[in-house]
Amino acid sequence: MAKPSPAGGRRPRGEREPLREIKGKSEAGQVPDLDKVIHERMRLAIVSALAATDTLGFNELKSLIGATDGNLSVHARKLEDAGYIVTTKRFEGRVPKTEFKLTAAGRRALERYVDHMEALIRAVRER
Amino acid sequence: MHQPLHVKAEDNLRFIRETMERAGSFTAVSGWGEMGIGATALVAAWLSSVAASPDRWLALWLGEAAIAVAIAMATTTWKVRDHRVPLVSGPARKFALSFVPPMIAGALLTIVLVTRGEHALLPAVWMLLYGAAVVSAGTFSVRIVPVMGACFMICGAIALVVPDIRNVMMAVAFGGLHLVFGAAIARRHGG
Repeated sequence: MAKPSPAGGRRPRGEREPLREIKGKSEAGQVPDLDKVIHERMRLAIVSALAATDTLGFNELKSLIGATDGNLSVHARKLEDAGYIVTTKRFEGRVPKTEFKLTAAGRRALERYVDHMEALIRAVRER
Repeated sequence: MHQPLHVKAEDNLRFIRETMERAGSFTAVSGWGEMGIGATALVAAWLSSVAASPDRWLALWLGEAAIAVAIAMATTTWKVRDHRVPLVSGPARKFALSFVPPMIAGALLTIVLVTRGEHALLPAVWMLLYGAAVVSAGTFSVRIVPVMGACFMICGAIALVVPDIRNVMMAVAFGGLHLVFGAAIARRHGG
């Protein structure tokens, strides 16, 4: 765990600053809590890809983000559990097809995450 | 060694933007645009089937090609703007660079065949080269796009072997395939 900085003192160069300390320094003074569900790279890629399109099939999404079958399944399940994406399974003839779609909650989560990242950058520039 | 937080935040934003660009270009082909092209192609096919001369037939299809390009450009632009991704991105450039060479080959062959009065070969050449362009460019898009290109190539091959049905094949390919695949793209890939 990072040590708190001395009151009014500057943190040594390169030392990590906890997210909580950024709070209140941004323009609006509001930095939402970091969403750990989409902070993970693979899940962030899934949500970002689905934000730019309507629906993507399993193989399309897999090749787009460079995931393996197992990786995509695990992370998609976590996003589905969080209510950020919906998974639809259907058959085309005898071939099973899995499709992913971003939910409104997922889109809001991505927007919050982008706001959070922008607030962090702004906070550093304002110092 | 840990990166400073703001550097990590910038990296995350860049990652989101690049992923969205890739995904947006991935489905930038507009299904509605394809359907529009299919509808105008059916009209062109009907008009060309009763054309009085080969030159009139050619003029009708060249006119249809110009309309199709305009529809494709407009609807692709609308679609990517709607999804808030840039039109000119890495995958979009790759798509264009793969699509254009077979089309240039088609244009050159058209000039040569028309000069030699070989109008009957034009439908097969157009369908084969348009199909080749869609297959190669479609590797940077959703799977349904290269499948459509392959269907065009099959239609072109049939028109090459059985030239008598070339007008029917033009209607089936440029009209029917665009309508069917356009509807599927519009339904499954956001317009």
